[in-house]
Amino acid sequence: MPRTLFDKIWDAHIVRPQTAETPAVLYIDLHLIHEVTSPQAFTELRRRGLKVRRPDRTLATMDHSTPTTPRGPDGIIPVVDAQAAAQLRQLEQNCAEFGIPLFALGSEYQGIVHVIGPELGLTQPGMTIVCGDSHTSTHGAFGALAFGIGTSEVAHVLATQCLLQNRPKTMEVRIDGRLGPGVTAKDIILAIIAQYGVGAGTGHVFEYTGETIRALSMEERMTICNMSIEGGARAGMIAPDDTTFEYIAGRPFAPKGKAWDEAVAYWRTLPTDEGAVYDRTITLDASQLKPMITYGTNPGMGMPIDGRIPMPEELPDPAARQALDKALRYMDLRPGQPLLGHKIDVVFLGSCTNSRISDLRLAASILKGRKVADGVRMMVVPGSQQVKKQAEAEGLDKIFRDAGAEWREAGCSACLGMNDDKVPPGKYAVSTSNRNFEGRQGPGARTFLASPLTAVASAIEGVVADPRKYV
Amino acid sequence: MQPISVITGRIVALPVQDIDTDQIIPARYLKVTDKSGLAEGLFYAWRFDADGKPNPDFVLNRPEAQGATILVAGRNFGCGSSREHAPWALQGYGFKAVISPYFADIFRNNALKNGLLTVQVDEDAYQRLVRLFEEDPTAEVTIDLAAQTVTLPDGWQTCFPIDPFTKHCLLHGVDQLGFLLNEEAAIAAYEASHPARVVTTARS
Repeated sequence: MPRTLFDKIWDAHIVRPQTAETPAVLYIDLHLIHEVTSPQAFTELRRRGLKVRRPDRTLATMDHSTPTTPRGPDGIIPVVDAQAAAQLRQLEQNCAEFGIPLFALGSEYQGIVHVIGPELGLTQPGMTIVCGDSHTSTHGAFGALAFGIGTSEVAHVLATQCLLQNRPKTMEVRIDGRLGPGVTAKDIILAIIAQYGVGAGTGHVFEYTGETIRALSMEERMTICNMSIEGGARAGMIAPDDTTFEYIAGRPFAPKGKAWDEAVAYWRTLPTDEGAVYDRTITLDASQLKPMITYGTNPGMGMPIDGRIPMPEELPDPAARQALDKALRYMDLRPGQPLLGHKIDVVFLGSCTNSRISDLRLAASILKGRKVADGVRMMVVPGSQQVKKQAEAEGLDKIFRDAGAEWREAGCSACLGMNDDKVPPGKYAVSTSNRNFEGRQGPGARTFLASPLTAVASAIEGVVADPRKYV
Repeated sequence: MQPISVITGRIVALPVQDIDTDQIIPARYLKVTDKSGLAEGLFYAWRFDADGKPNPDFVLNRPEAQGATILVAGRNFGCGSSREHAPWALQGYGFKAVISPYFADIFRNNALKNGLLTVQVDEDAYQRLVRLFEEDPTAEVTIDLAAQTVTLPDGWQTCFPIDPFTKHCLLHGVDQLGFLLNEEAAIAAYEASHPARVVTTARS
């Protein structure tokens, strides 16, 4: 029977099949952990006297609560927040006690967990990958089954390398058509969520297919898979192809020599078979897309950059009208209002959605020789120490600094308001991150989600700006 | 985990759709290494004003909502992050169950792993519960896990789905990690027949 990419990976990881009474026992190939969602799981292991079953399939980094302030003269990144410092120390202690490799703050491979997995070549096609973080869906760009889990499940994987899982449904997200100038992967995923809603993928795994997806680079594919969870899907996947293999080849943990050839031969068997059936299919015509921006307080409240905020009567039901009203009160915006020309205070270029080297190159290509507008604070936060090093080797840091932007250390930064990087109350930010929830970037912060191109165009003009005039 | 069979209690309705986990518990409360202090951060930005004073208009602060143990909320409750701090905070505050037209997948998993019952009802039942709270906030609702029913004071009843394994675990207090640990032989056999492509995550 023809099978989908999801079916093949699911079937290959069954330790015990699902029955009418019990979920499947699913084997996990790679478990990524960080400081925020793991401490209570280690406590549970200690309470039961358990070991980590496969520390050799587990990798830790520090990213969420870490500062991104520049290093001191001693080369150390100072952690001022005592609670964050204690959490980081706890991770260090847990990794030492249980034998888990850790890339600690400031070390050469430290970075956002979803940036470093692919960068190290640990993220590979056909794998099952989990992490106590909803944006684990990012790794699906490689043709892996990757999803976020809670802390109880982190303990399950630490102790058994397995999870109890009921088989999810599959949804094909088919994207065809050629992208216009200034329209990026970020705009594709924002458009899908705006069109189909933040709950559309609930209970499903997305597989992105179509000619537009095939033409994207790996980093663009990661941006799309990253925000699958914003469409309600725990996982988003893209079939591996030569683009995937070229990206992985030569990375520190990539197979070498004969093992590489065997790996590629296996990976080529993974794409969805002709005639395989998805539970549902949705589509998007990428040729019609414009750069996207959000106006509300969930990622589904998005529109073309030159659009107007919807009127309540254009919405399908009372609950949606009520949600719009609540969102616009929080954002201090009005129905029918355009966002182009709306004054902004902060631009954040970073997060597991858009902090990779290609994002920084794209942003720098427009910012070069220009200035960030007066009164706008622009933070540029590379996704990892490796991205930072590469950007500095290419002189991108100088372009950002010369333009008046801050060049910072690697981490989650202003994406989630749990470290020192925040958007002040009532202020507006154009952000390349993934969530515009109330208070997400700091109490009272108002977020417009957009692509790195739109973020830079807006930084230059000091208002929400259309990036197409710059490309 | 304590077995759960019947939950009877007052409801409080928060009829907002897509309530995300950043609203349930803001990220700045996630710097703990245990489960303490999370109830304090529950719906923080809605419960308190910018000066940290309780917002009298928010439903959880209203006198009639005190002591409620069942939260009724709009569709797609718990969307967003995977933070298990969200169900921990709800439980810490005193909630035993959440009723919604549907839940975000990760939140539902996390809640059920902790014995916070997620009860998925249809739109009609949801609206009925919201109205019930508005009309009589002292009304008690009964959730019967074994029968998979929600019963209102006037006897009106609706059913809710739950997968059989989760139901079994909740009813009998079965420890899911213990269940997985019992699969040791099958896990070892799987590992023996599926060598890892990445031999170790440690840097050589």
